Amino acid sequence: MNRQQVTATINGELKEFLCEPRQSLLEVLRDELFLTGTKEGCNDGNCGACNVILDGIVVNACCIFGVETNGGHITTIEGLSKGNELHPLQQTFLEGTGMQCGFCTPGFLIAASALLDENPEPTEKEIRHWLVGNLCRCTGYDKIVKSVQDAALILRERAL
Amino acid sequence: MNDYVIPEKLRVVGTTPIRPDGHDKVTGRAKFGDDFHLPGMLHGKVLRSPHAHARIKSIDTSHAAAFPGVHAVVTAADFPKIASNVIDAGESGQIDMQDVADNCIAREKVFYDGHAVAAVAADNAHIAEEAANLIQVAYELLDPVMDVRSAMADNAPVLHDNFLPGAFLAPTEKALPNASKLELAMGDVSTGFDQADVIIEREFTTETVHQGYIETHIVTAQWGANGMVTIWTTTQGQFAIRDQLALVLELPMSAITVIPLEIGGGFGGKDSIYIDPLAVVLSKQSGRPVKMVMNRAETLRATGPSSGTYIKARLGVKTDGTLVAAEFHGAYEAGAYSGGPVAPGVSTALTRYNIPNVKIEGYDVLVNKPKVKPYRAPGATPSNFAVETMIDELCRELKLDPVEFRLRNALTTGDRLVLGFPCPEIGGVEILKAVQNHAHYQSDIGGPHRGRGLAYGFWFGAGLPSSADLMVNSDGTVQLCSGSPDMSGTRITLAMQAAEALGIEPSDIFPSVGDTASVGYSFQTVASRTTFATGIAVYQAAQDILAQMAERAALIWQIATDNVLIDCGRFLNKANIQQCFTFKELAGKLDGTGGPIAARALASPEGVGFQITAHLVDLAVDTETGKVDILRYTAFQDAGKAVHPDFVEGQIQGGTVQGIGWALNEEYFYDEAGHLKNTSLLDYRMPTILDVPNIEAVILETPNPGHPYGVRGVGEVPIVPPAAAIANALYDAAGIRMNTLPMTPAKILDKLNSLTH
Amino acid sequence: MKNFDYKLPASLDELTDMLSRGEHTARLLAGGTDLVVAMRGHRITPELVIDTKRVEELNELSFNDHTMILGASVTCRTVCRDPQVVKNFPALIDCATLIGGTQIQNRATLGGNLCNAAPSADTIPALIVLKAQTNICGPHGNRQVPVEEFCTGPGQTILEPNEILVSFSIPLPRKHEGAFFIRFIPRNDMDIAIANAAASIVIDSNGETIIEGRVAIGAVAPTPLYVSDVEPVLSGQPIADDVIAQAADIARQAARPITDMRGTVDQRKHLTEVLVRRALNGAVNRARGND
Repeated sequence: MNRQQVTATINGELKEFLCEPRQSLLEVLRDELFLTGTKEGCNDGNCGACNVILDGIVVNACCIFGVETNGGHITTIEGLSKGNELHPLQQTFLEGTGMQCGFCTPGFLIAASALLDENPEPTEKEIRHWLVGNLCRCTGYDKIVKSVQDAALILRERAL
Repeated sequence: MNDYVIPEKLRVVGTTPIRPDGHDKVTGRAKFGDDFHLPGMLHGKVLRSPHAHARIKSIDTSHAAAFPGVHAVVTAADFPKIASNVIDAGESGQIDMQDVADNCIAREKVFYDGHAVAAVAADNAHIAEEAANLIQVAYELLDPVMDVRSAMADNAPVLHDNFLPGAFLAPTEKALPNASKLELAMGDVSTGFDQADVIIEREFTTETVHQGYIETHIVTAQWGANGMVTIWTTTQGQFAIRDQLALVLELPMSAITVIPLEIGGGFGGKDSIYIDPLAVVLSKQSGRPVKMVMNRAETLRATGPSSGTYIKARLGVKTDGTLVAAEFHGAYEAGAYSGGPVAPGVSTALTRYNIPNVKIEGYDVLVNKPKVKPYRAPGATPSNFAVETMIDELCRELKLDPVEFRLRNALTTGDRLVLGFPCPEIGGVEILKAVQNHAHYQSDIGGPHRGRGLAYGFWFGAGLPSSADLMVNSDGTVQLCSGSPDMSGTRITLAMQAAEALGIEPSDIFPSVGDTASVGYSFQTVASRTTFATGIAVYQAAQDILAQMAERAALIWQIATDNVLIDCGRFLNKANIQQCFTFKELAGKLDGTGGPIAARALASPEGVGFQITAHLVDLAVDTETGKVDILRYTAFQDAGKAVHPDFVEGQIQGGTVQGIGWALNEEYFYDEAGHLKNTSLLDYRMPTILDVPNIEAVILETPNPGHPYGVRGVGEVPIVPPAAAIANALYDAAGIRMNTLPMTPAKILDKLNSLTH
Repeated sequence: MKNFDYKLPASLDELTDMLSRGEHTARLLAGGTDLVVAMRGHRITPELVIDTKRVEELNELSFNDHTMILGASVTCRTVCRDPQVVKNFPALIDCATLIGGTQIQNRATLGGNLCNAAPSADTIPALIVLKAQTNICGPHGNRQVPVEEFCTGPGQTILEPNEILVSFSIPLPRKHEGAFFIRFIPRNDMDIAIANAAASIVIDSNGETIIEGRVAIGAVAPTPLYVSDVEPVLSGQPIADDVIAQAADIARQAARPITDMRGTVDQRKHLTEVLVRRALNGAVNRARGND
């Protein structure tokens, strides 16, 4: 066993953990840190269920080794809300039934939050392009798109 | 059968409250199958056959057992050899538990690439995987057979010397070494065809597809020191898991508790055991809890996809468009063990039309692929593809409008079905009229290489046993516990029905899903039945609660119970209406009048409403590449009564997009030796958010009198007509008739090229 | 996954030093979108993984008067957001925005895409038509190899043991030069190309005559192919449908695809002609300044 020590800021908290190089960031989050909100759907970069924000950009945690994140900043679904205050995306997904089984939802919320951070007024086409790497099998995507549009509106109104 | 009088005005049913489990789902707190941990837990991995068909000659597990970090290794020798035992598994039909046991871990033969042969429990999944790869298995290779026609041909390789013919809705009889057969008929087809002015006969093939749920299969098992087993898992049916485990492991059912975690999609594929018995026995041998995860490749290779098919059909029609005769012959893959969806597949082929002369023949065919499992209206999509494209052809030949044609032949309430009973209340005509009146149907399609297609679809529904418990808290809130796992929002739709019945608010009801030790028996969450059947159990339990509370009010007012009027959450003294309690007030008085109130109902309702739908699609095709772009999609469906309209829309949109994937890109690729080539979501191509437009869902309501609020199931039929609608639109766009699924760009290009040559 | 050692060198010297010790089979890690998946599937099993993300030379993106230097480990995301890349190399933006969705693009690199050497690689045809050179350093010194010579077979490159792809040198476009990349996949994204093609065109100042044209095709041979045979057919010719059609037909003939689960021989040859034609027309449009 050649576990390495890794220090990263996760959801605003400095965390130290040990992991083998072969453990992906996804495995580290779920199995070492018990942050199980980030999901495994395919383990090869094709479904987006494992999305996290790493150093400001949305990535597939399954395609990154845990050791690569030393010194990095990570936001997982657990860090999207501020205490009990939901992010507008979480609110609109709830109200707009942007989910059915809810398994792909953390990935979509993280990816959509990255979109709205960069592009506060995305068109429908831009939303669909951005989220092409996130698979949902339950909803047919319609209400996901609408939830993202509704959240974008809330965020823009807040910014005024 | 109860015919309910459905209230004119409903207070809660039809609104859109937020689901109580939603908060945990948007914050990542909800616990799905792999989110559960126990101290000291080991991880299990399966060694799977690399061959599609082979005899197992020997297995040497010694190197795996000696690998550092390994705590247990099992093969079939560690499991009881059980006798043949057929049980009713709901939408899986009747299954032989001996087959289920053999599928969980192969005993003498392996029947498909991916068939489980051994399993290892170790400190972590990486070690378990490395160790499993050290297990040496000697195989004697046998020829595989990979499609229905080859399997039915003379001298085909034979999978099982003996097998029990499958039965699901209708029994089959063994007819060939690899196939069993069923026949259904009405009237006399030869007379019927004699009366026809136009007859067409067409052949179709469709490929194997998978439900594609984003969460795979995960089980955590703990063999307790006292021999009691606890299972935490993602499942559509905790009781089915418990019962199947009990039979496969020869344990009493009461020794096993199955706790359902949240489920990340199922669509029919999570109704049975796979790695569950392996995890249990590994736990027993190691003395530790064991978690097993099937990864995506394993899920595609070794769970339960839906049948590929070969279909031949013949339709006879008069020039005025009246269908007079139909013959339908369908061979459906059963996979490695008998019992696939041939019966529902063939019996829904024509059921939405009133045809006097029908002859149906179905084959359940063994092939060296994993045993098929239900996938949202099992068997119906391929048969609908065949019939609806033939009807489109007939409409064009006879120059008849496609909606008018279907209106002329539409099955209506009371018409006799080929299965032998009359059709219950159904709103097919209303749907067809809604299509005609819709802006989409009336709009101009615009642009070259664009086309519009229509298809009409049908699926049954189901009742089956469900239980619900209601408990009244002294503050007037209510606990609702049912045995139905919540795949997509049934906790709130059941709470809404309870709130409607009790006269209180959904926010005062706390719905939960019980485990097998805490709640009465419930059949799986399948077959579009939960909001309907478990809803009836909830309704009945609510009536019981109201009756008990009325008794308490009577006690307080010292009157006869008959003199208590129950009116929308209030209890009144008929003789003196000044005496009145709200539900909350009365709840506060229960302790003083005899103690807390609870009710349980076990319902196995008849009066099932069937599902009917029409889909309209516009698409564009790039004639140089065969690429299809879906431009506009409208789905019309009868929900009976939409309890939560947003959720009903969601079911329609989700099933439609699955149908679009089935139509255009999804298929299993096997090489000649029977290896599954596309074991990743890279090459098992499901629709992305960029592949589909908005899906407009038009919900009609012809109430089902078999349910107190008129509910009929909605979840399954949306997947049925998209393939045919798209095929019909392709003809409209480019003049090509597709007779295979999926309609990939390569196949479309082929057809386009054959047009010009 | 088999276990391995992980190292993070801070400089190119440190990296070459780690490689030259040669004690272990080593692979270089950039974005990881190919490597991690291949390692998980046991297709690649290095004993040592060396992370290149802190080595300055591999992460450089700079311009001088004639050339862009693009480090091997620069991500598609960085490429797409650099205004000078967007202005000068829209064909690179074409391919960098097509690879596997937002999350993949945020990590994937052009150097990684080239070294992975898949026949269907989406960035290689554009690099070829842009006349990109690879800058390689190794124990025997530095060398430059044109991108079209870099891949030698599926998953195989001309890199000798312990050689490193450091960066690309890509000449800035001339006046009236345009380039375009296009691929065909069954869905609208997230697929491996069934066929792909890139073209670059230089036209005269009247916008009527082709001075020079370059075409590369992918997923239709063991490596991406530079189709030099189209050049005499394009050079000096008017911009006309039949000229472009002839070039596209030559490219179709140069394609030697196989049938596999993603596509058939006939389909791929047909698509090659269609895609090259569309790529040439796209390149002409860009050369004319109409984008």
